[in-house]
Amino acid sequence: MKSPILSLTDLCFGYEPHAQVLRGVSLDILPGTITAILGPNGAGKTTLLRLILGLLKPQHGTIYLEGRPQKTFSRREMSRLMGLVPQSEYIPFDFSVLEFVLLGRAPYLGPLDMPREQDRAIALEALRAIGLEHLRDRATPSLSGGERQLAMMARALAQQPRLLLLDEPTSHLDLSNRDRVLNVLRAQAREGVTVIFTTHDPNLAATIADYVILMRRGALLAAGTLETTLTAENLSATYGIPVRVTRVDGQLFVVA
Amino acid sequence: MKVWRHHLLAFLLALGLLALILSVFVGRFPQPYWMPPTLLQENELARQLVFNLRLPRLLTAFLLGMTLGGAGAVMQMLFRNPLVEPGFLGVSQGAGFGAALAIIKISNAPLVVATSAACFAFLGLMFSYALARNLRYGGWVLRLVLAGIAVSALFSSGIGILKYAADPLKQLPEITFWLLGGLWGITWRDVLYIAPIVLPALFLLWLMRWRLNLLSLSDDTAFSLGVAVGRERALLLTVSVAATAAVVSVSGIVGWIGLIVPHIARRLVGTDAQHALPVAMLLGGIFALVCDDLARTLFVAEIPLGIFTSLFGAMLFAGLMMSNVARSRE
Repeated sequence: MKSPILSLTDLCFGYEPHAQVLRGVSLDILPGTITAILGPNGAGKTTLLRLILGLLKPQHGTIYLEGRPQKTFSRREMSRLMGLVPQSEYIPFDFSVLEFVLLGRAPYLGPLDMPREQDRAIALEALRAIGLEHLRDRATPSLSGGERQLAMMARALAQQPRLLLLDEPTSHLDLSNRDRVLNVLRAQAREGVTVIFTTHDPNLAATIADYVILMRRGALLAAGTLETTLTAENLSATYGIPVRVTRVDGQLFVVA
Repeated sequence: MKVWRHHLLAFLLALGLLALILSVFVGRFPQPYWMPPTLLQENELARQLVFNLRLPRLLTAFLLGMTLGGAGAVMQMLFRNPLVEPGFLGVSQGAGFGAALAIIKISNAPLVVATSAACFAFLGLMFSYALARNLRYGGWVLRLVLAGIAVSALFSSGIGILKYAADPLKQLPEITFWLLGGLWGITWRDVLYIAPIVLPALFLLWLMRWRLNLLSLSDDTAFSLGVAVGRERALLLTVSVAATAAVVSVSGIVGWIGLIVPHIARRLVGTDAQHALPVAMLLGGIFALVCDDLARTLFVAEIPLGIFTSLFGAMLFAGLMMSNVARSRE
């Protein structure tokens, strides 16, 4: 049994002192796996992601990364360990796509360094993997929502993290781009990268996740492997409406 | 793209040096517009003029432009807002208030005015900062912008009161001229006073120019890329404002350079501050130098520098935004 890359023990958090958004969340994530955090809007999925990233400090409980408490990591160590693909991002200046993706190399560069030739190569490789190479010189604000999401993904790939966090990674993508992103995530996992993403779409979890975490109102309802967790009973409890789970071509399919 | 950026930088560097050298011979002595270089060997007065008056003034103009252009580029990225200019956090209006107060209440000696202006520039920044900390609205960037607007308005109303109370024959013209910005009466003492602040500040900003890009991203993203967002933003902000306050305290309020030059630089070489920041600094320096040459040469009586920077800045800006250079990147 491998030791978990991420452990949360009895995590509590609230933006206001007496209104808790997360209540007593505990879980272990194994390296090289793909985990979906699933739940209705406002369940606390993004908050959980931001806690793992270190942007928010838990009121109670501890986050362990590769067995070490999160507090003991420096900013640089943390950024080499974890990458984030936000759901959307406002970019006020017209960086070219390549310049934008190059920013993902920051964890490997000192405060006074300029990106080197090898950083450019890694950024280009990330663009190629995500299928955005033909847009490398385009200005980011002129991209479509989906292309921008792909660019943020490429930036996170250029960061070469061991733990990749994604917030609603396919929300702006069409079918073919969605397929491409899922393939990239699978390839990452094969190389040993741990992938955690949030989604409100159970079928996205069914397509790609090894493990599923079901959340409702800041608490874990169920967590475990895809097959044992993504059941009609659990999903009905999560979303508060009757949900059926069937199989299409051997894959779970959720119908509300 | 890459090659052309390097060529542009080398070209601007050469242009800056050339402009500095030519400016030595531009002026209204011995006759309007041009002084033959040979006069330096023959005429003691010409030597005195060049070394004691023109040289410090040219260097100050160049430093002023470099600072406003560079600090403008930095602040626009830090605040993720292309409409920000370096004096907006109460610094420009604070300096103006300090200068007006000194002219009316203490003395119009340049050193006194400059010191008072610098003190109030920093006071303006501190007010803005303290107010932003206590605002209960919006994110950190928005709060700073709002606080800057409020504090600037406060000081500019203070300037209004002082102008109203000023002696209309002796003090008011002096205040008005100061508020329009200008570099008459600059001596080596002024250069020695601003250079130790401005040069290290510009050097540090230049060193951190790629890092600056990261601070223009949203806080979440910058954080995930390993940036200590609050700390690094505060450092770069302090450095930019210190340099701005130093130059403004000797030059008065010189508008538009800090707003427009960064735009032009980004249009020329792209957003990446690795290239845009050095270009903004050099472009700002050349622009301020040329405007100052015109201000002191064109007419018998000197025209305030701020008038020329606004006039040419706005024209250049409009022209560039409509030209092919602007479209080629779309």
